[in-house]
Amino acid sequence: MKNLWLPVMVALSLVCIPFTSTFASPKKDLKEYRDYFKKKFPKVKFEEFANGVYALDADMRGQWEQIMEFPPYELALEEGEKLFKKKFKNGKTLASCFRKGGVGIAQEYPYFDTKSGKVKTLPLEINECLKKNREKPLKYKKGKMAAIVAYMMNTSRGKKFNVKIPNDKRALAAYEAGKKFYYARRGQLNFSCAHCHVNGAGNRIRTNLLSPGLGQPTNFPTYRSKWGELGTLHRRYTGCNKQVRAKPYKAQGVEYRNLEYFHTYMSNGLPLNAPGTRQ
Amino acid sequence: MANSIKIKAKMSGDVAIVKSLISHEMETGLRKKKKTGILIKAHYITEVTCEHNGKVVMTAYWGRAISKNPYLSFRIKGAKAGDKVKISWVDNQNNTDTSEVAVS
Repeated sequence: MKNLWLPVMVALSLVCIPFTSTFASPKKDLKEYRDYFKKKFPKVKFEEFANGVYALDADMRGQWEQIMEFPPYELALEEGEKLFKKKFKNGKTLASCFRKGGVGIAQEYPYFDTKSGKVKTLPLEINECLKKNREKPLKYKKGKMAAIVAYMMNTSRGKKFNVKIPNDKRALAAYEAGKKFYYARRGQLNFSCAHCHVNGAGNRIRTNLLSPGLGQPTNFPTYRSKWGELGTLHRRYTGCNKQVRAKPYKAQGVEYRNLEYFHTYMSNGLPLNAPGTRQ
Repeated sequence: MANSIKIKAKMSGDVAIVKSLISHEMETGLRKKKKTGILIKAHYITEVTCEHNGKVVMTAYWGRAISKNPYLSFRIKGAKAGDKVKISWVDNQNNTDTSEVAVS
């Protein structure tokens, strides 16, 4: 029954959402999203949103800059580069599966693959490459996968996110599904992503500061002090869902890939700064 | 030596500010393995020494309460650019490591 949920919801959403037009308009959404944060944090420059809470709190920023003297992700980044360049049993490497050998392309992810009809993310394509070359696929939330994605993202450091939504009904549907997920309440605490990261951005949650949704994907995979290691974006999605006491979805499942599609599109134009360091 | 110590030493006025990050497990010895309940062996740095141009200027006595991958920062009065700063550590399993850098 779970498999029917998404198409049914998408069909329903396209038919009877009272607060949006029946035609998806990502460009309009993007402008509204950016304007909201510009108005809420007038002193924060657009590019600074890529630094999350460190763009909002001077004291936290000072501590973060001290930690960044010796970036905690360095070892993992080196490991990621080694893994990326490592030869498979058949002699090829991961570079063989990607445009430009996988270097400097991360800002175009995720993208809608019109051939398969689904949102493709970097970790998904890495595993597709491994499977195609008869290598063991990797788990999606941490460890080797996080290290490899971190390396690929690092080769695009400074480049601006450029997620495209082609004029394809299925792409728009995936975008809309991601958007719906973002704004839908879930879990025992009945919060949506927007409650904390749009309405609540800049507010405190216990002793933590809530980061604005704008700019969040730029620094993933990120070294979180809480994890003591690198973790991917979908690892954070599962964590966030658990925190509102909702059962998390599968990393790289259709729900989180659609969410990532919407979420990253909302950060278009912001410079990549992955891997990053966060508390 | 497989370097576990990253050091940065920079002049600021008439003191050298030394910052270092040491990669070390710092296992307290009080944690237990989840499945078996057996204690994980203690493995932490017990002493850190800093030498400035060959002379010991700081000794730190650490224990199990120091976090994993400890960050250490201190200042050396009377240092000049080009001076040698050397940090060494010993742990409770008798491993050691050392690293040296020039003050910039």
